[in-house]
Amino acid sequence: MTDTISLPNSLRSQPDASGHFGQFGGRYVAETLMPLILELEKVYRAAKDDPAFEEEYDYLLKQYVGRPNPLYYAARLTQALREGAPAGRGAKIYLKREELNHTGAHKINNCIGQALLARRMGKKKVIAETGAGQHGVATATVAALFGMECKIFMGAKDVERQKPNVFRMKLLGAEVIPVTSGSATLKDSMNDALRHWVSNVHDTFYIIGTAAGPHPYPELVRDFQSIIGKEIKTQMMEAEGRLPDMLIAPVGGGSNAIGMFHPFLDDTDVAMIGVEAAGEGLTGKHAASLAGGASGILHGNRTYLLQDEDGQITEAHSISAGLDYPGIGPEHSWLHEIGRVKYMPITDDEALASFQKLSALEGIIPALESAHAIAAAEQVAPTMDADKIIVVNLSGRGDKDIFTVADALGVEM
Amino acid sequence: MDRMATRFAACKAQGRAALITFVTAGDPTVAATPAILDALVEGGADIIELGMPFTDPMADGPAIELANLRSLGSGTKTAHIFAIAADFRARHPDTPLVLMGYANPMLVRGSDWFADQCKAAGVDGVICVDVPPEEDAELGPALRGAGIHLVRLATPTTDAKRLPAVLEGASGFLYHVSVAGITGKQQAAQANIELAVQKLRAATDLPIAVGFGVRTPEQAAAIGRIADGVVVGSAIVDLVGSHGDAAAPFVQQFVAALSGALTANSRETAA
Ligand SMILES: Cc1ncc(COP(=O)(O)O)c(C=O)c1O
Repeated sequence: MTDTISLPNSLRSQPDASGHFGQFGGRYVAETLMPLILELEKVYRAAKDDPAFEEEYDYLLKQYVGRPNPLYYAARLTQALREGAPAGRGAKIYLKREELNHTGAHKINNCIGQALLARRMGKKKVIAETGAGQHGVATATVAALFGMECKIFMGAKDVERQKPNVFRMKLLGAEVIPVTSGSATLKDSMNDALRHWVSNVHDTFYIIGTAAGPHPYPELVRDFQSIIGKEIKTQMMEAEGRLPDMLIAPVGGGSNAIGMFHPFLDDTDVAMIGVEAAGEGLTGKHAASLAGGASGILHGNRTYLLQDEDGQITEAHSISAGLDYPGIGPEHSWLHEIGRVKYMPITDDEALASFQKLSALEGIIPALESAHAIAAAEQVAPTMDADKIIVVNLSGRGDKDIFTVADALGVEM
Repeated sequence: MDRMATRFAACKAQGRAALITFVTAGDPTVAATPAILDALVEGGADIIELGMPFTDPMADGPAIELANLRSLGSGTKTAHIFAIAADFRARHPDTPLVLMGYANPMLVRGSDWFADQCKAAGVDGVICVDVPPEEDAELGPALRGAGIHLVRLATPTTDAKRLPAVLEGASGFLYHVSVAGITGKQQAAQANIELAVQKLRAATDLPIAVGFGVRTPEQAAAIGRIADGVVVGSAIVDLVGSHGDAAAPFVQQFVAALSGALTANSRETAA
């Protein structure tokens, strides 16, 4: 009974038929791409209704990616935070261990799904944009797995900064194309991926790396990443016999966060915090599109963007390459406006401190992206009662970041 | 008849296609743009497409992308673009002017604001690369309300089933993007262009202009034999790129060659 009444009001039924989450989302692409994304939507709907598709996706997540990954109670981190908290305070902190996935981050969940869609559409070539190279590595990995030709567009500056990932992609058989246009970073690699796609629509599938871009990408990336939240639900019931009180995830484009949050959106007792990269602080250079941006149109969707008064996109900054993007997925813009999810800025320095703290306390080196979420948990947990439960999405491992961190700490390697 | 229809009709009466030329506003500087626009008109351009620069022009190839960055780098603001347009209108009361660009700079202050500015500056039409018919509500109603043409794009991937949606609410002319790709790169095969234009003609009474990849007077002449308008962009923008502030005479000379090639068509037909 309650189900049938609450269903029409569900927060989980977005986007609408035209791909909008409230006023956000949509399909803002050149006419050349429109027929293709309409076709992608059709293929995706059919795949969703096909048990064989889900079966293969589940099989690969289990046998190839290594899911389910653990929901781990971080006892020492919890204890350390309790020591600095008022008596009776300090929520229990669990970590969702996405960093234990094959290729070391949540990105692969989405890449497996999209590669299966590419195969259904008969496309033998895939392309992707990448910042730090995590999504590039995950895409190159599934391309190898599916025997597809793979091109990765990567800002020339990032190619220089992320040599190990560039070499990984090459080992996996991908061609890495350095992007020199614009500011030569993530948003420009997305521009160039779109330019390549528009010129090769007949045989190429674009594996977008986050829950952004034109409809249906934000929806399908979210759905493929929702495995994160679904597993947490089951695992938390096993561990504690109830749902958590709060979820915390880092937000670049927003794929790991929406994958964690979406299954819980209608569970009104579960609070959620998305963590934006505040870089040098909100008054300086940063990548917090919700805290410091305004609604606009870029890369196929309407969403919050960092932009000037003329609608020119301004450059983002974060120490974490995966958060260094001037936009955010449209569903987050909507969840922000309706107030269902709170978004919190965390600076480079705060993330660096948490990067070291988690490494030392728990023996887990987090990705700099994930370190932003840890930093938020460190601020929030001491304000909550000790019987409350927080889950932090440990979206990736930090091996890729050791050079950046060493550099920031002034350590010679 | 409005300025745009009048111009297409005049070209048709002369037995030739309209020459539609593109440059980016503020490239290389706001101060240099009026002389470049005058050179386009002096050279024989019939309709001017004025590009609104954007930081992320993802439908453009390197030539126009660089023009966008040169313009923004020299400090071009949206207010300058409307001032350039208004001054152009005062100097050239009969030459249609179309703004071309991306959604975000057009819509950042709301579509009504944008449409009002276009009207006040004497802009005749708008081409917005990343607002397809599906998102028409963002821009279309405001422009139509202000009497500004919304020029739509048809591409090689626009099939017969989709074409009516593209034509719905399109006005001024129909822009056939002859290649599936970005500006300034490949050239479509003449046979493909002919086939496409035939299909479009069967579906609309709007004049049909063909663009993307047209670089030489010879190509322009060939397309001019089948279409109502020929759009040349990157080749002109390249001249601005290499000659900078001193580009106007080079632009004029090149546009005169394009215009001459289209006019030669009409003499052939007459003979
Ligand atoms: C480990 C990790 N976490 C988070 C992100 C941010 O992306 P998203 O917000 O789409 O999850 C990235 C992106 O590269 C990443 O590598």
